[in-house]
Amino acid sequence: MNERYPGYDVLDKRFTQSWNEKTREVVDKRLSVHPGPRFFTAEEWPVVQAICGRILPQPSDRPPVPLPAYVDLKLHEDRQEGYRYAGVPEEREAWRRGIAALQAEASDRHRGSFADLPAAEQDALLHAMQRDELKNPAWGDMPPALFFSKRVIPDITNAYYAHPTAWSEIGFGGPASPRGYVRMDFNKRDPWEAAEAHPGGEEKARRENRRIV
Amino acid sequence: MSEIDEGPRATGNQAPDVFKVGAWVPMRQFREDEAVDFVIVGTGAGGGTLACRLAEKGFSVVAMDAGAYYRPLEDFASDEEEQSKLYWTDQRLVDGDNPLKMGANNSGKAVGGSTVHYAMVSLRFRPEWFKARSTLGYGVDWPLDWREMWGYYAQAERALTISGPVTYPWGPKRPRYPYRPHELNAVGKVLARGCEAMGYKWSPTPLATVSAPHGESPPCVYRGFCRIGCSTNAKQSALTVWLPRALKAGAEIRDLAMVGRIETDARGLATGVHYHRNGQWRFQRAKNVVVAGYAIETPRLLLASANERFPDGLANSSGAVGRYLMTQSNQGVWGQMDDEVRWNKGPPSLAMTEHWNYEDRKDFFGGYCWMSQGPLPQEWASVQTGSRGLWGEELRREMELYNHQVGVKMVGEMLPVETNRVTLADEVDQYGLRVARVTYSWTDNDKALIAHALDQMEQNLLAGGARKTFRQEDDTNHLNGTARMGDDPRTSVVNADCRSWDIPNLWVCDGSVFPTVGGVNPSLTIQAIALRTADRIETLAKRGEL
Repeated sequence: MNERYPGYDVLDKRFTQSWNEKTREVVDKRLSVHPGPRFFTAEEWPVVQAICGRILPQPSDRPPVPLPAYVDLKLHEDRQEGYRYAGVPEEREAWRRGIAALQAEASDRHRGSFADLPAAEQDALLHAMQRDELKNPAWGDMPPALFFSKRVIPDITNAYYAHPTAWSEIGFGGPASPRGYVRMDFNKRDPWEAAEAHPGGEEKARRENRRIV
Repeated sequence: MSEIDEGPRATGNQAPDVFKVGAWVPMRQFREDEAVDFVIVGTGAGGGTLACRLAEKGFSVVAMDAGAYYRPLEDFASDEEEQSKLYWTDQRLVDGDNPLKMGANNSGKAVGGSTVHYAMVSLRFRPEWFKARSTLGYGVDWPLDWREMWGYYAQAERALTISGPVTYPWGPKRPRYPYRPHELNAVGKVLARGCEAMGYKWSPTPLATVSAPHGESPPCVYRGFCRIGCSTNAKQSALTVWLPRALKAGAEIRDLAMVGRIETDARGLATGVHYHRNGQWRFQRAKNVVVAGYAIETPRLLLASANERFPDGLANSSGAVGRYLMTQSNQGVWGQMDDEVRWNKGPPSLAMTEHWNYEDRKDFFGGYCWMSQGPLPQEWASVQTGSRGLWGEELRREMELYNHQVGVKMVGEMLPVETNRVTLADEVDQYGLRVARVTYSWTDNDKALIAHALDQMEQNLLAGGARKTFRQEDDTNHLNGTARMGDDPRTSVVNADCRSWDIPNLWVCDGSVFPTVGGVNPSLTIQAIALRTADRIETLAKRGEL
């Protein structure tokens, strides 16, 4: 699946002492996420999918983390961050307006939908948003850079790094209650932690990762 | 969220037993129409501690919290997303030159307050900070004497069974910490190695998580999810230390109870609080009201309680309510090692140095410490995206180095400024209460301190063996000020006893009362002040001066 921690899957530990009941419950729920869209409209949905695909492009040799579904779920449930910049609209309105503005920019520049642009053009628009260089009136008083850094980035990256697939990818031990960890020093791995592949040692790491319990 | 959906748990003369799955402990309950001695708004480091000690001294106490009453063993997952249920995520507006990031790391909405998800770092103030103006030339003096506080710090450290070193390297002598220090993890060793190379002292961090069994708490298992709630109860917090004692002593705790307004009568005295619970507004009568909602909710409640007699809000004749808000600078420096570090193992701040809290040869006011770090994946991604602007393939590749990262973050003193403040915005929240607007701008002194600290932390990491360092220049954490204590009613909200100058039966007991903030985490000082306040209230009551 990936090269650094070959064969490591955090879910293999699901029924070990590293996962308590509550953790199993919330991760199960996450893995069975509603595919959406319930908040986004049919017109917005391909744009959300395209944005997610560029913010966190995923390898083609594994089932993708359904990022658009998580963004849709968050907005469907209207979960708040706890603060917002004076002048920036609430999260639902921010996404609605942000997508409309991005579509207006795509139409201005390329006479098409953002979702249909080649990846390089999509990236160029996202970079321009990050640098606050987009000026279409559709943005209203919402600064494009704030929409990018306070909505697009956290909503998508938080969804990705809350997913077991991402935990396995980075070799994170994942849930750890009640067992925790024992070996604290440099280059010390508990038997229930991911083994990293060193040059030429991919098979060895794969074998060790298969034995993780 | 399922826990909140089921409604309040502390009802029917019982409260959740936080140490057992599905279990209960008996709880005394009070009538709403009979005035209790104290109603306390908030059950965190200030309110939880005070509720415990006042109940143990024989006062009748009802302590309310807007958040849910969790049993960590069954309600806490090893999961960042799920555990965001511990944060105060009701809407707030932020502005100023340096708008504060709210929500996650600087406030809590649960019984036990933010101690449920604090990093457990339990440090004493440097003695001079209690007289910052007279001894160090900045800020204002506190009305408290450090020698008296030293005794209350020791009392708090014993109650929390702090794990720490036998000899602490800075400040006046103190008793040895009750339990042995925790073993350092690899990132802690990087800090230590770096400090030794720089000629600075370092220390295992005194932490409120036990290194051996204590009461019903098992020793810490180093799972490293401390900052999103401890699911084993090794953590010593208001939820696991003060509130179980408070219940035993006869206090009542009301969970999912949001206080919206304090009532005052024709004499100008507080008579009780209006609170929202189980879908309706209710009123609890009280002889004394203590506000302990932390530095945003405390001034919000005092301001929202304005009436004809107190048009600018309660306890606000000085105009200081909501003003002098102080966060602490929480910048960091991050780097990589060839070694496997696996920094998420163990509490997140196992090693630290207070060098620049005790060294005055510098060209700015205030001090700072820094500590080793071990962020979980979501938090680490937010550093990579926030400080470096990474996304796309580049972000995924950098994140794959997770087990090789090291880092340190500071807790730095920011100066009290009148214009950094909490006010009420026009828009309202789900209870129909006006939301807080939080305005914050760094001073030139704050910027100088941060620049100094970033250089020092980067040197520390490099000397400790890290490479490819980068700086996180924009983070802040704890919140203090907004109802500061003092000797002068014209410039402060409460006196040294946390009693408001304007309304003798209205008190404030939380981080809001700090006149200056110091360069260490505030929770131990908040608890020490609450312990002192309880003793003072007992003395005043005996003298008939309540």
